[in-house]
Amino acid sequence: MGNPIIFLLLAIVAIGAAVGMLTSHNAVHSALYLVLNFVTIGVFYITLNAPFIAMVQITVYAGAIMVLFLFVIMLLGAEQLRGVTDVKGGERVHRAVAGLLAAVLLLASALLLFQSDAPEIAAAAIDTSPTALGLRLFAGYVFPFEVTGVLLLAAMIGVFVFSKTKKRGQDA
Amino acid sequence: MPEVTIDWYIALSVILFTIGSLGVLLRRNAIIVFMSVEMMLNSANLAFVAFARHLGDLDGQVLVFFVITVAAAEVAVGLALIVAIFRTKKSINIDEMNLLKG
Repeated sequence: MGNPIIFLLLAIVAIGAAVGMLTSHNAVHSALYLVLNFVTIGVFYITLNAPFIAMVQITVYAGAIMVLFLFVIMLLGAEQLRGVTDVKGGERVHRAVAGLLAAVLLLASALLLFQSDAPEIAAAAIDTSPTALGLRLFAGYVFPFEVTGVLLLAAMIGVFVFSKTKKRGQDA
Repeated sequence: MPEVTIDWYIALSVILFTIGSLGVLLRRNAIIVFMSVEMMLNSANLAFVAFARHLGDLDGQVLVFFVITVAAAEVAVGLALIVAIFRTKKSINIDEMNLLKG
């Protein structure tokens, strides 16, 4: 399943980013650490012979969902809870830690790309192309797929209901 | 050099899940609690993909799709809830969300 050195480097980045998310007092920093964590998990998916899932992970999770998070944090101005102040010098520590983790992620990704045992992985693995995945999805999981569509519709209507303001008579 | 087996991936998944649950339990900022829930979902996804690779079966990867879809819907509804709560209480500290307490 891959090179142990690359696995350990990636695991350090993933766990470090998770701990950074847990410990930083600024919500924007937490969100950025979480982006790093999601990208690292996307690289893990590549080592696990799931390239399409890796791309979905990076576009949907690290892209769309985290943009939504950052948007709400900045919309509410809720970077920090009231009464909680950042530790002196904490900003600099977080900057150094995040830079180091990102550098290690870059190094591990480069090692993964240029390692030489790729043919062996391809020979041992099953077909995980988007075509195979789509065929499996529509062969065995048609009903769950349709339920997912209903779920997304319900979520969309729910969001509309929640975000409607109470003062209907005044501004609508 | 030791070979990377599925155990390594499961161990990593467990560690990430634990950190996520610690975030849910320890943090007071509702948005960070939400991010921790996302991380727990992600660690479950990692276990799914690792098992799919281990068993040579695509079903694990198909299930990850469903998890990602549900997570996206959950984030949209959850963040809308947080915005609605912030409008009325002017705070997203979960200690102050105690209106349902008897």
